[in-house]
Amino acid sequence: MGKQLKNKSTIIKILIIIISYVIVTVLLKSGLLNRQYTSLLVPMAINIMLAVSLNLVTGFLGELSLGHAGFMSIGAYAGALITLNLDLPMPVEFTMAIIIGGLIAALFGFIIGMPVLRLNGDYLAITTLAFGEIIKSVLISLKITNGARGLSQIPIYSNYKNYTLVFILMVITVVTLTNFVKSRHGRMITSIRDNAIAAESIGINVGRYKVLAFTVAAFFAGVAGVLYAHNVSILKPTTFDYNKSIEILVIVVLGGMGSIRGSIIAAIIMTILPEFLRGADEYRMLLYAIALIVIMIFNHSKIKEGLMTNRTFAKLFAKKKGEC
Amino acid sequence: MFASIMEQLINGLRTGSIYALIAIGYTMVYGIAKMINFAHGDVIMVGAYALYVCIGVYKLPVLPSVIITCIFCSVLGVVLEKVAYKPLRNAPPLAVLITAIGMSYLLQSASLLIFGATPIPFSSIINVKSIVVGGITISGITIVTLIVTIIAMIILTLFINKTKAGASMRAVSEDRGAAELVGINVNKTISMTFAIGSFLAAIAGILFICQYESLKPTLGALPGIKAFVAAVLGGIGSIPGAMVGGVILGIIESLSKAYISTQLSDAIVFGVLVVVLLVKPTGLLGKIKKEKV
Repeated sequence: MGKQLKNKSTIIKILIIIISYVIVTVLLKSGLLNRQYTSLLVPMAINIMLAVSLNLVTGFLGELSLGHAGFMSIGAYAGALITLNLDLPMPVEFTMAIIIGGLIAALFGFIIGMPVLRLNGDYLAITTLAFGEIIKSVLISLKITNGARGLSQIPIYSNYKNYTLVFILMVITVVTLTNFVKSRHGRMITSIRDNAIAAESIGINVGRYKVLAFTVAAFFAGVAGVLYAHNVSILKPTTFDYNKSIEILVIVVLGGMGSIRGSIIAAIIMTILPEFLRGADEYRMLLYAIALIVIMIFNHSKIKEGLMTNRTFAKLFAKKKGEC
Repeated sequence: MFASIMEQLINGLRTGSIYALIAIGYTMVYGIAKMINFAHGDVIMVGAYALYVCIGVYKLPVLPSVIITCIFCSVLGVVLEKVAYKPLRNAPPLAVLITAIGMSYLLQSASLLIFGATPIPFSSIINVKSIVVGGITISGITIVTLIVTIIAMIILTLFINKTKAGASMRAVSEDRGAAELVGINVNKTISMTFAIGSFLAAIAGILFICQYESLKPTLGALPGIKAFVAAVLGGIGSIPGAMVGGVILGIIESLSKAYISTQLSDAIVFGVLVVVLLVKPTGLLGKIKKEKV
């Protein structure tokens, strides 16, 4: 019975993936989407990847990370430098860029994960922020990254014309991370979040798993960075400041910590929202800020509590429990 | 060589004391409300604009303008707390953090709407002549900045250690529940903390704007984040720590800008922070909390 249920939910998940792919294809081919929304497809996928990977650190490991954009920038620069300097056919070059970009970001995730062994809470948060800023200033001062002017004319491999590729990478990221979280290692990471001391006392190597979570998250952020670089074709170090990290964090928190599905939904909403508010023009950022505050206050208000305990609403949300 | 190093040190002291003023706001709010007030940097920006409105638009004299600016920022701090943070008093810290980020965006975009994106030039209100001591020139702004900072810090220290209100603040930061039990009005104390922090931020904003003489809606972001780093460096929650952290940060920044590289100065500042935290995980003067099962 249990296995059957599991199979059923797997089939449903595969169906959801296929249906969303078909929807995107239909929307693109039929020309229903205007240019602005078409150009949002890839950023949406990138945001989903970033949010889901940050969720591993913030939601499942329970450590606040404010330097996720740093990993993204490392991936983006590494990938861009590979495709700029190698003259190989696109599939070879791009595959290399994605793998190497991800790996270098993972290496930095490993290095940055080290201080985690000694720090926690807000001190760790500020350290990740510091690392993000260090990466940014090193990128500005290095010659190979062309300093503050950044890299340009990066071949465009992952824009909306290649959305299938981006979609596949996004699905791989989400599926890998979902399975990772459900695996033995993932369970250990979650147990560290729930109670680090208890986890340690049953023999879990807390330090090792913390570093592991950082490394895996950095890898996928790096891959997202490679996609970003080959979508916009221009890289500037200032794009990846702490505001970018905070943007990703906002998605994770809005979607719900430790909820991969929530991260995906929030990433979609937060990518569309600024574009949707474009009609409001100069009031866009103001509305965005107000929306953010109102959502946060609403999420923790008595009104929501009342709604959740209300019978009809409780039925609607009941399904959510016990899934991740 | 000696004179140039001294000049850089004094420059560092000036920037550092501005950082320290801002860092105190972060650290006090952290100590009492246990939250990182990300909108604090933008209070500096609001202070700078308020001063500009008083002097540049309404042509008020300097002293009333400064007083109005400080009061305006204090009120703003209290309003921020009442509107955005109070409803989340019992929410998880991250939710409060995101709300604070939302507030920061809100203040930035509001001032962008009101004043526009083009930087507004603003001439300094400090007209003190620079003095030369033993071949070292100290500019007027530096003197005023240092004096103002020292006075503010002395008053703050006296206030926290000698008055009843200060005692209640210390009590709330020690143990909120116990403070409530002995009859301290926690809400009032938290509001007061925000008011004091924002008051100091307004002073920092005024000093900052006299130094850089140009206004834009994002001017508070960078000093805000540096001051936050300073607060953590000194040990967040500790007021003397924030002062020390701010000054150290300013000096490191100014020395590395002068002798190493302008572009790398940020990396060095943050690098020092990481090293300090690795050696002393709770900052220079922070209290070490024992983990309990």
